[in-house]
Amino acid sequence: MNNIVEWISNNREMFYIVILMIFVGIEVIGRVPSVLHTPLMSGANAIHGVVIIGAIIVMGRSDAHNYAAIALGFVAVVLGTLNVVGGFVVTDRMLEMFGSKKKKK
Amino acid sequence: MEPSLLTILYLIASVTFIVGLKMLSHPESARKGNAIAAGGMALAIFGTIFIYEDKFTGEKLHNLPWIFAALVIGTVIGVTIARKVKMTAMPEMVSLFNGMGGACAALISILEFNHFLKDHFVISVDNPYDTSVLSEGLPVNYGMLVTIFLGLIIGSISFAGSMIAWGKLNGRVKDRSFNGQHIVNLVMLALIVGLTIILLAKINSSFEIVNGELTNTANAITLKPIPFLRIGTSVYILFYTVFLLSLLYGVFFVLPIGGADMPVVISLLNSFTGVAAACGGFLYDNKVMLTGGILVGAAGTLLTILMCKAMNRSLKNVLIGSFGGAKAGAGAASGPQGDFREISLSDAAVVLSYANKVLIVPGYGLAVAQAQHACHELEKLLLDRGVEVKYAIHPVAGRMPGHMNVLLAEADVSYERLLEMETANDEFPTTDAVLILGANDVVNPAAKTDTHSPIYGMPILDVELAKTVIVNKRSMKPGYAGIENNLFFQPKTSMLFGDAKKVLQDLISEIKNL
Repeated sequence: MNNIVEWISNNREMFYIVILMIFVGIEVIGRVPSVLHTPLMSGANAIHGVVIIGAIIVMGRSDAHNYAAIALGFVAVVLGTLNVVGGFVVTDRMLEMFGSKKKKK
Repeated sequence: MEPSLLTILYLIASVTFIVGLKMLSHPESARKGNAIAAGGMALAIFGTIFIYEDKFTGEKLHNLPWIFAALVIGTVIGVTIARKVKMTAMPEMVSLFNGMGGACAALISILEFNHFLKDHFVISVDNPYDTSVLSEGLPVNYGMLVTIFLGLIIGSISFAGSMIAWGKLNGRVKDRSFNGQHIVNLVMLALIVGLTIILLAKINSSFEIVNGELTNTANAITLKPIPFLRIGTSVYILFYTVFLLSLLYGVFFVLPIGGADMPVVISLLNSFTGVAAACGGFLYDNKVMLTGGILVGAAGTLLTILMCKAMNRSLKNVLIGSFGGAKAGAGAASGPQGDFREISLSDAAVVLSYANKVLIVPGYGLAVAQAQHACHELEKLLLDRGVEVKYAIHPVAGRMPGHMNVLLAEADVSYERLLEMETANDEFPTTDAVLILGANDVVNPAAKTDTHSPIYGMPILDVELAKTVIVNKRSMKPGYAGIENNLFFQPKTSMLFGDAKKVLQDLISEIKNL
């Protein structure tokens, strides 16, 4: 128990960020017209691709002779990149359509 | 000074995520917002690669060629898929990419777990028979372990669930449910939590003393033969059991959930992956992962709740996956009722072109048939003939919220012609003709009248208030939620069977000939 309390107080900055970010997330989404729900979901999907940074760190820290770790890390980075790149490109394609329509008006 | 530069880059990236999401919520700035968030992401990724240093050892990252190779492969595949995909398949794509993120988070947890055990729990002892070290208990960083587990469980559920959702949306996976599935699901969830707690409680006492060579394979160093303490195999077995159970739970979680709930599920899994990414942030004390992950987690959860509200379903019901059970019961009870009336193309053309006001209700049928351009053409034709044409968009029409908007935007349908549900419902009483294109559940009056219906309470488009209703469907088969629709048997409704695109094209030529 003490252990957990200690961990929380060691990471208190992180907990502050978590709490503030929850409110930011709610505040930002709360005003989205339903028209933009799909692109927004897609954009949010791309943003959680930050997990790729974790994959890069894992891979960068594993030793060059630990082939299992390298292989898994490699897969993780590929998957993370897919999430980030695919997510942003798909979102852009969706929004492109809104854009082209705007110009014509 | 370099680590502080990275801190600044992360800070910038976090801000771009927030600003990006904010801008994504306005049609004018949405595209720019997306680009800004993408820029922030690139900054964070390359900053990590080049200037990340380990907090304790100060080492930079190794294996850079491998990292770049992986980045290039991922980028090429990602861009290719994302560029090629049809507009109708967008929801599947989001689900697929979401699954990739979940898998990434789960893999990180697996790697970190192994890493962690090696770093913290291989201890050499002087006397193999002296187990006093064990009785004292070793300092275990429970916070870190819990984070690893959360990342593993949430990431795996998100991955497996997204894959099933993806398969379902492109028709490869059918809805499957069996009696008591929600109990099985609950048991599975309890098992996952239970095993995790057991593992955390046991980890302190499950050391083995190995009397042999301390081989640190990671550094390829063989130390002289001494007895040492190692974490017991049972811990690994438990860990991978939790992993497999989480994957299984993800599958069972999404499998019984049918069409109407799919947008909710994707949104929920999206926020899951966000939380999984945030766990990575905790693990590495990495603020940008934390902000990005929690931001998406919170936003996704809110979006999910909003969608649940739109369909009057509690999140709990969606989570337990009881929709399948209720559906089977209701489906059996209400068979086809009464007769429906068909309308010929030429009659439909007359009805539409002599109406004062026409409201078009698009649904998934329109998306499947890729009929958005034909639809826009019909709209222009009718407008030329002095008919007021608008679109009534139900928030969950199609397979994702906003699906119809994106589709119609692709066909250059003007933004002002799209009415949201509340506005549209005010307009139906003054509407002469409603043209329903492949929508079903969102116009089903059972949602208002039949308390036993699984969609009871879901707000619908009140198309019955209009003077006439023309329904275009491919057949009389019930919609995705599997419920019979009374609307089709009402006297003011007439059916126009056929593929939406074909029917629309024929309608256009009929109207031109009038």
